[in-house]
Amino acid sequence: MTGLPLWAAILVSALVLAGAAMSLIGAIGLLRLPKFYQRLHAPGLTTSSGSICIILGSMIGFSLLNERLVLHEALIGLFIMCTTPVTLMLLGRAALYRDRAENRPVVAPTDPLAVPPRQD
Amino acid sequence: MRRLVPHPLLAVALVLMWLILTRFSLGQLVLGTGVALVASWALGPLEPKTIRIRRWRPIPGLLAVLAGDVLWSNLRVARMILSGRIPSSGVVEVDLDSRDRAVLALLAIIISATPGTSWLGWNPRSGKMLLHVFDLREEDEWKTLIQTRYECRLREIFEWET
Amino acid sequence: MGDLILSVSVFVAQGMLAFAILFAGLRALRGPRAQDRVLALDTIYVNVLLLLVLSGIRTGTVFFFEATLIIAVLSFVATVALAKFLMRGEVIE
Repeated sequence: MTGLPLWAAILVSALVLAGAAMSLIGAIGLLRLPKFYQRLHAPGLTTSSGSICIILGSMIGFSLLNERLVLHEALIGLFIMCTTPVTLMLLGRAALYRDRAENRPVVAPTDPLAVPPRQD
Repeated sequence: MRRLVPHPLLAVALVLMWLILTRFSLGQLVLGTGVALVASWALGPLEPKTIRIRRWRPIPGLLAVLAGDVLWSNLRVARMILSGRIPSSGVVEVDLDSRDRAVLALLAIIISATPGTSWLGWNPRSGKMLLHVFDLREEDEWKTLIQTRYECRLREIFEWET
Repeated sequence: MGDLILSVSVFVAQGMLAFAILFAGLRALRGPRAQDRVLALDTIYVNVLLLLVLSGIRTGTVFFFEATLIIAVLSFVATVALAKFLMRGEVIE
């Protein structure tokens, strides 16, 4: 991408660097945290602030370059924002279910989900 | 009207998505509207219950609170990972009053989308949800936070009473 | 000047994302349990997607957009199917 004014280039660079840094921190957390349920929080950094910053940077850059509003990237961002919670939630439930099936409950015996709810 | 477009929100969202994916022109608008009508009509027999937004007024407030919380919790979790200190994570049971499917689904998405909290499950019999918190200090603080900050607003949007 | 700043920072950002993919890959190899590997795979997918967006910024074309969207859809379907498999041992009940 060439031909952006200086202020726009600095803005896009800052957004891109911030997003990549947040993604990297998320991956570091994924690698270093000791328990699975703690690691479940780490990719949230990649998918929320990491992707928002990078996609916002790309949107601003292309909109200024083409001199019209480019909304393609917003669609990707929206898609990531809507789908990641579903996958994280399913993974959390799957881990809970597996731990329970192997008699390694993470939760106190009084937990409300002692009988796993029937899924429909 | 209701029989023609069983899911109006879905149809509008599909038209907007079609226009963004292609480009804004009259032909694409007509084509996209056709696709959206067929799609929402096809979803009609699969999902008989239409989600209806009862009040629009609390939505901007909810979005603003959500944006602030996502930003804040991102910075908090990032700082905690970088500091190398292992936080005391834990599980909290939160009593939820709502049985509305839209409220519960959106609550689950909001909780999972903010780093630092994740939704592990919900028991339809007791109405309790299981919340995993990355940095758990005060259990009661999280219970009231979920109930007052999000559940109240979502119930206001999707349910008549409250 | 602006172009130089932008290309250097996109390069650095791509390097950071490459390291993020490396770390997530290490977690996928190390495990220890299946849900860790699925979580790491999902993270790799999202990072690759962001890497493609950065490639789009670098080259200034919007041709990467469709590929990015397809990767997003595939990652969602794949992770949901894997999580479902972990939960019940079968994908379709």
